[in-house]
Amino acid sequence: MTLLTIAIDWAFVIEKILLISAVLGVSLLIAMYETYGERKVAAWIQDRRGPNRAGPFGILQPLADGGKLFFKEEIIPATANRFLFILGPSIAMLAACLTSAVIPWGDVLTIAGRQISLQVADVNIGVLWIIAVLGMGVYGIMIGGWASNNKFSLLAACRGASQVISYELPMGLALIALFMISGSLSLKDIVEQQRDGVWFVLLQPLGFLIFLICAFAECNRTPFDLPEAENELNGGYHLEYSSMKLGFYLFAEYINMFISSALMATLYFGGYSFPFMDSLGLSPNMVTILGIIALFLKTFIFIFFFMWVRWTIPRFRYDQLMKLGWNVLIPLALLNMLVTGAVILYRQG
Amino acid sequence: MGIQQIIFIVLSAIAIAAALGVILSRNPVNSVLCMITCFVAIAGHYIMLNAQFLFVVHLIVYTGAIMVLFLFVLMMMNLNAEIEPQKRNWLKYAGAISGGALLLVLVAALRDASMPAIQSTSTEIGLVANLGKTLFTSYVVPFELSSVLFLSAMVGAVVIGKK
Amino acid sequence: MQTLTNRAQPVDRRPMTFWEKMYLPAIAKGMGITLSHIFKKKATVNYPEEKRPFSPVFRGLHVLNRDEEGRERCTACGLCAVACPAEAITMEAAERLPGEEHLYREEKYAARYEINMLRCIFCGFCEEACPKQAIYMTETFAPANYQRKGFIYGKDDLLIPDPKNPITVKK
Repeated sequence: MTLLTIAIDWAFVIEKILLISAVLGVSLLIAMYETYGERKVAAWIQDRRGPNRAGPFGILQPLADGGKLFFKEEIIPATANRFLFILGPSIAMLAACLTSAVIPWGDVLTIAGRQISLQVADVNIGVLWIIAVLGMGVYGIMIGGWASNNKFSLLAACRGASQVISYELPMGLALIALFMISGSLSLKDIVEQQRDGVWFVLLQPLGFLIFLICAFAECNRTPFDLPEAENELNGGYHLEYSSMKLGFYLFAEYINMFISSALMATLYFGGYSFPFMDSLGLSPNMVTILGIIALFLKTFIFIFFFMWVRWTIPRFRYDQLMKLGWNVLIPLALLNMLVTGAVILYRQG
Repeated sequence: MGIQQIIFIVLSAIAIAAALGVILSRNPVNSVLCMITCFVAIAGHYIMLNAQFLFVVHLIVYTGAIMVLFLFVLMMMNLNAEIEPQKRNWLKYAGAISGGALLLVLVAALRDASMPAIQSTSTEIGLVANLGKTLFTSYVVPFELSSVLFLSAMVGAVVIGKK
Repeated sequence: MQTLTNRAQPVDRRPMTFWEKMYLPAIAKGMGITLSHIFKKKATVNYPEEKRPFSPVFRGLHVLNRDEEGRERCTACGLCAVACPAEAITMEAAERLPGEEHLYREEKYAARYEINMLRCIFCGFCEEACPKQAIYMTETFAPANYQRKGFIYGKDDLLIPDPKNPITVKK
């Protein structure tokens, strides 16, 4: 009897497992504190103080919220499809976590002579992977809404799914213009190009605006939070959910917000690169660490922007949402693509 | 047995089990979900072939777009296992005969087909850059024609929306 | 059309200009307003640590007063109950027995004195009606309770502690 002999570079596997755990852990932690941040920002904008009871400055509030969700009663409606009812939030959470794999969180760290890339997978289809995973996320919404066996959840699921699908189009078209400049789909390449040149937001202002609006719609954030318009449309696809399953849906949304903020920072604002990073004369590891901090700073600014918009702009009506997506953003994205192509051709010729 | 073979066997098993689930499941929504699982497993095979672009396009187009449409329609139709119409007998016979005929054709076709040995070195053709070069040199006319077709579909959707 | 006042504003029904239709400038303006609010003074008072000062005329929870020798002032005349528009006050009178002069100021006192805080509207008429200055309204308000009967305040709750012989009053 022969044992399976599998040649695996164990150091590589351990490195990747550590990196994946770190990325997932940080995503979850940030998503947790996004809930706190959201409440704080909401409070400040409304001249209030926000949560300040649990721990100093209310810093333990997310733990209290999570604990509360865990102790709530788990309700699965009698007429619901039990398996799919549980599968729905799981898919939503899974899809939210999968996206973080292709984002380069930093440059290369050199530890004990070993070059460790701070990116889980540097694939040459990086951005497309994110779009594919966004498509997967739709299933979480649809399955959850359908399995609840409630007409309102089903309607909300259709609303949410068609919104996500509609806004994937202009998002993809806006990205195509970016790829025409970068010539690569790999997020690492895109960052490295911005490190040497200028940030792509300066070359693609319209593309960035379209991407930003689509990111709002994809994350189901205000002003496009129709999938869960709790006050006028009787809740969303998670109408029948309670306890931690509801928590998963809401949490997945916060992870999505974090990931899309990181993505915007990576694609349009130079990712982990920061001005004068190569002329400071610091050791490479130091530069890498500063780069990670720079990326997170940019990400946090975007997260704040998400919250800031949420507490400023009222929700769109559904027909306005669809009109904006199909009649405004898609033609604009096509125009942007055309202009970008023309400029590139002109500069080459 | 290398790790690649293990992954191949696992993916194939998932794909076949899911494909069986598509036709054996009585609930249409479960069928669609099995089909999605099958597609994801096949997408995994593309990765094994080092065809990352095909993998991700397969995910985006089939699982992300087409199956969502299927799911939309099925969820709206309120089909249940109980109200599934009774299949007529002649339909079963017709199915068996046509299936048998298809099998016959497949066997006849595969009997003569020569299977080239799989290259041990990984191919690079499925990567974005190589695929793009191929598309824009050898296949530029069909590629551009099909993209015009898609563009016209998109313009059509916008025009309908404007009405 | 004739307007009743000259404050009426006609609605602007001109079609929106392209600038207005873009909606983005309006969003930017709104974002500016919300951003400015982040730095404004917070309206919230951190309640248990920080209390909002009451106005000097605030009418809160009632107390039954004692005189300078620590005797109950109330004589159960019932004028407060008559004055009460919400009929929240009930009382039972009793005669002072010999030897109880250090407890009650007059020959008659209230054996039972109850105010239903759920009925009370805190108008302060009882305070005004009292001829003996026995009932006063303080600057606190009724705390929450789990049951309705917890809101019926008896003499134990209302009477201020005797400064001469402090006895712990427990309900």
